[in-house]
Amino acid sequence: MFIRVNTDKCTGCETCLQSCPYDAIIMKDGKAEITELCQLCRACLNVCPEGAISEVREEGAPGKEKGQGKGVWVFAEQRDGRIADVSFELLGAGRRLADILGAELSAVLFGSSEDGADELIKWGADKIYHCPDEILGVFNDEPYAQLLSDLIQEHKPEIVLAGATPVGRSFIPRVAARLNTGLTADCTSLDIDRETGHLLQVRPAFGGNIMATILCPLTRPQMATVRPRVMKRGVYDPDRKGEVIRISDRKISSRTSVKDTVKEASDLALNLQEANIIVAGGRGAGGEKGFALLYELAEALGASVAASRAAVDEGWIAYRHQVGQTGKTVGPKLYIACGISGAVQHLVGMQSSDIIVAINKNPEAPIFNVATYGIVGDLFEILPIFIRKVREAKGL
Amino acid sequence: MDYFLNEEQLMIRDLARQIAEEKIVPVRAELDETGEFAWDVMKTLAQSDLFGLFIPEEYGGLGKGCLELSIAVEELSRACLGISTSFAANALGTYPILLFGTDEQKKKFLPDIASGKKLVAFGLTEANAGSDAGGTQTTAKLDGSEYVINGTKQWITNGGVADIYTIIAITDRSKGPRGASAFVVEKGTPGFSFGKKENKMGIRASATTELVFDNCRIPKENIIGKEGMGFVVAMKTLDNSRTGVGSQGVGVAQGAFEEAVKFARQRVQFGHPIITFQAIQHMLADMGTSIEAARALVYAVARFIDSGAKDVSKESAMSKLFATDVAMKVTTDAVQILGGSGYMKEYPVEKMMRDAKILQIYEGTNQIQRNVIGQALIKEAARNK
Amino acid sequence: MKIVVCIKQVPDTAEVRINPETNTLVRDGVASIINPYDMHALEAGLQMREAAGAGTVTALTMGPPQAENALREAVSMGIDEGVLLTDRAFAGSDTWATAYTLAKAIEHIGADIIICGKQAIDGDTAQVGPEIAEFLQIPHVAYVRKIDSLKDGSIIVQRLMDDGYDIVESSLPVLLTVVRELNVPRMPSLKGKMAAKKAVIRQMKASDLKADVNSLGLQGSPTQVRNIFAPEAKKDRKMLEGSSEEKVDQLLKELAGLKCL
Repeated sequence: MFIRVNTDKCTGCETCLQSCPYDAIIMKDGKAEITELCQLCRACLNVCPEGAISEVREEGAPGKEKGQGKGVWVFAEQRDGRIADVSFELLGAGRRLADILGAELSAVLFGSSEDGADELIKWGADKIYHCPDEILGVFNDEPYAQLLSDLIQEHKPEIVLAGATPVGRSFIPRVAARLNTGLTADCTSLDIDRETGHLLQVRPAFGGNIMATILCPLTRPQMATVRPRVMKRGVYDPDRKGEVIRISDRKISSRTSVKDTVKEASDLALNLQEANIIVAGGRGAGGEKGFALLYELAEALGASVAASRAAVDEGWIAYRHQVGQTGKTVGPKLYIACGISGAVQHLVGMQSSDIIVAINKNPEAPIFNVATYGIVGDLFEILPIFIRKVREAKGL
Repeated sequence: MDYFLNEEQLMIRDLARQIAEEKIVPVRAELDETGEFAWDVMKTLAQSDLFGLFIPEEYGGLGKGCLELSIAVEELSRACLGISTSFAANALGTYPILLFGTDEQKKKFLPDIASGKKLVAFGLTEANAGSDAGGTQTTAKLDGSEYVINGTKQWITNGGVADIYTIIAITDRSKGPRGASAFVVEKGTPGFSFGKKENKMGIRASATTELVFDNCRIPKENIIGKEGMGFVVAMKTLDNSRTGVGSQGVGVAQGAFEEAVKFARQRVQFGHPIITFQAIQHMLADMGTSIEAARALVYAVARFIDSGAKDVSKESAMSKLFATDVAMKVTTDAVQILGGSGYMKEYPVEKMMRDAKILQIYEGTNQIQRNVIGQALIKEAARNK
Repeated sequence: MKIVVCIKQVPDTAEVRINPETNTLVRDGVASIINPYDMHALEAGLQMREAAGAGTVTALTMGPPQAENALREAVSMGIDEGVLLTDRAFAGSDTWATAYTLAKAIEHIGADIIICGKQAIDGDTAQVGPEIAEFLQIPHVAYVRKIDSLKDGSIIVQRLMDDGYDIVESSLPVLLTVVRELNVPRMPSLKGKMAAKKAVIRQMKASDLKADVNSLGLQGSPTQVRNIFAPEAKKDRKMLEGSSEEKVDQLLKELAGLKCL
C-alpha cells in the first residue's frame, strides 16, 4: 500500500502539509507530493478538500493469510493470589464482544485458587482455563508467555484481551510476537465491525491528542490490552455456572526468577505527570482539613493530589505536589481544581488538561475561564457530596 | 543579531543554554531562597566539559578563548547569576596559573580544573583593600623552602567550595605595589581555614567566605611568577576576566528582558495586553537596544583579547562597565514592567535585579573601571602628542 | 560486554494539538526529540559500560533518514556507535514488524544486554521491547527501576509493579525496558558534541538484514490503522446550576459521558 496525490485534482492549497506528523508532504511545482518520509499513518487521507489524496493497495501482495479462530478470551491476572480488578472489567467488555459474535467467553487464570476461577465465572465467563502450577504463582514473563501461547495455539480463540498492567504490558507482547499476530495497547473502546466481524480497537495516538481505530484484519487471535478502570464490569451473577478446565503437567521453564517482592506505597501516586486524574487544592481549601477532603476524593477516584503554590506556601502540603510555573506541569485527562483562584502561574501548569472542573466560592475566579465545568460553591459542602456519590457509583 | 559565531561557538551556546534551561531554571528560586551551593549544576557543567573551555588542550581543556567563555557565561547568566558567578569565578581564579604559572604548575593544577574535579577561587580583596589593592595586609614570608602566609581575605567567591586558591600577599612591604606576590594555596593546607558564609542580597547560590591564613605554610614552588609580580598578575587576570563579568551583564539583562516581553504579552489591562501600549513598547525598545549594544561590545572585546592584543585594560574595562550598567537598568525596568508581579518572588525578575547589582561592584567597581579607562585615555593622548 | 540501546525519534507530543476545525494535527514548531524514556536507557547503557570499565554501547534506531539526528545526539552523550535502520520497506511498521526488524538488526550487531525505554511517548504501547526479546528468544525484564548487580553472566534488577517492586534475576543475554526512576540522563558534553558532528552513522537497509521481506513494513504488520479522529473537542465552559446535590449529579453525569471516570 502507499499514499498517492492525484495531481490532476490537487489545487496546491497546502492544506495537507499540516496534517502530516512526519513532514512527508512537500509542495513541488505547485502540487503536493508525498516523499519517502511517509510512514503510511493515513493522517492526510481525509484532509484534502478536493479528495486528491488516496491510498493505493497493491494487488496480489503476498500478505499474511487470514487466520481462523473462535471465542473471546480474557487473561485474568492475579497478584498474591488475588485476582486483579481489571480482570473483571475485561470480562465485562469480553462478554459484550462474545455476545455480538455469538461466541463463548473464556478466562485464563494462572497460579490462583479454584475459588478465583469460580469468581471469574460469576462475572461472566463461560469457561476457565486454570493452571495452578506453583511456578506461575509469581509473575515471570517467559513461563506466562509460553503457556498462554500454547493454550491459544491449542484452542484458537478469535480475540484475546488482557489488562494493561505492569504484568500484561510486559508479557502479552511476547505472546503476540510468538504467535505472529497483532496487539493493540491501551484500548479505550472495543467493538465488533458488524460487516467483517473484525475487532475495532480504539486507542489514543500521539500522546492522546487524537484517537485511532486499529484493526487486525488477517492474523488471529486479535489481541488487545486495556487499562484498569477503562471498561465497565459486567453483571455479577452468583448462580452462574461454567466449566473449569485444569491445565497441568506443562513443561515450563524460566530464565528469570523473582528473588523477592517488596511492597511500598506506589511512586505513581505522586507522579503527577503520569496521573490520569488529579484533584488539586488551593488557598480555598483552607488548611489540612480541606486537603483531607481532597485526599478522600482522590482515593475514591483513583486520582493523585496536587496543589497550587498558595497551598504549598501555607505548609498544607509538600512542594512535590505543586502544579504551576514554579512546580510541575501536568496534563491529566481530568483536573479537578478545588478552591484554586486560577492565577496565571497555576494555569500554565495545568491548562492542557483534557477536562478541567473548577469548584470555587467566587464566581469571578479566573479558574472558571479555563474550566470545562464550573461549580460555584463551597468546597466543604460540595466535596463530601462528590465523595459519597463517587463511592456509591463505584460500589465502594 | 547574527554575530557570525562559528559552528563550535554555536555548539557551546546551545549546550550552555540547554544546561541553563533544564538544570538551572528549575532550581534557581530554591537556591536563591536557601543560599545553598549548586553542586549538582557544577557536576553537570563538569561533565559537559565547560570548565575546560579556555584551558589549553595539552592540559585537558578545549583550548578555546575569551569569546567562547563569554558565550557560555552569558547563557548561564540568563538563567541564574549566582550559578554563573561560581562558574566565572572559577576562570578568574585559574587565570593567574594560566597566564603566569610554570609548566609544572600548569601540569599539576590545570587538568583537574579543566575536568571540573576541582573548583578554583581568586583571593585579592581584604577588609582594607578593595578598590585600593595597595592596602593589602596579608603577608607571605619566605622561611627556608616554604612561604608562611598570614592574614585574611574577604568576600571571596567560591570560598570554601574551591580546592585551589590563587591569592595575592605582600612579600616585601618596603617595595609598595611592587612588593606583592601571587600564590597557589590548596584547601586542606594546615593554617588555612574559612570564615562564615556571607548572607548576601543577591547571587545567593554562589558561596562567599573569608579565607583565613594563620601561619599557613606552603611550598616555595607555589609562588606564581616571581616575587613582586603580584599586582601584575592581578591586573592581567582582571583584564582577561572583565569581559566575563560583561557577559554576565548581557546574560542577566537578556533573561530579564525575555521575562518582561513574555509578561507584557500576557498581562491585560484596559482590555489590551500591555505590550500594545507605547509606554511599554518604548521601555522594551530601549532595553533591547542596550542589550544588543552591550553584547556587541563584549563580543568585540573578547575577540580583541583572543587576537593576542597586548594591552586590553581599557577595552575590557569598557565592556564590563557598559554591560553591567545595562544589566542594572534592564533588570530594574523588567521589574517595573511586571509591576506588582515583578516585585513578588513568584516571578524571577526581582531576583535578577538583586543579582545584577553585584556586577557593578565586584571585580572592580564601575567607578574603578572608569578610572582605568580614564588613565588609559590620558596615556593614549600623551602618546599621540 | 556489548550493549545495544534501542531509541526512537519522536515528536515532542506534549506540544501536539489538534485543530478542531480541520481535524488535523497542529505541527507548527513541534521539535523532534529522543523519546524521553530512551534517554534513561542510554544513560543506563553508559553507566553499565563505565562500571565494567570495558565494552561498547551501540544505539539503534529505525526511522526515516532524519532519525540520524537522534543517533548523533546519543553519540554526544558518549555512546560508541549509532546504527540507523532506514528503508522504504520499513515504512508503516506496527509494533510487531518494528520489533521483528530491530531484532534482526540486533542479531546482526550482537548484544549481551539490550536496553529500551519502557515505551515511546508518541505511541505509548510499551510493546516493542518485550517483542524484540521474544524474537531473539532471550528473557526480558520490563519496568526496571534499579540495577542491583551485573556480574558473571547474570543481572539482578528491580522491576516496578503497581504495589511496589520485584527483585528479578535474569541470565544474559537479556533485554531490559527502563523507567524514569532508574537514573538521570546526562547532558551531552562538548567533546561529545564535536565527536557527534564527525561521527559516521552506520546505515542498514532491508537487504542488509537476514529478514523475511514479507514480515517488514506495512506488509509485515498484523495491525492496521483504519482511521484517526479527534477526541471530543473541549467544549465551552459549562456552569452547573442548582443545589449542591444537583450540581454534583450533573457533573458526574457529564464526566461519565466523557468516560472520565
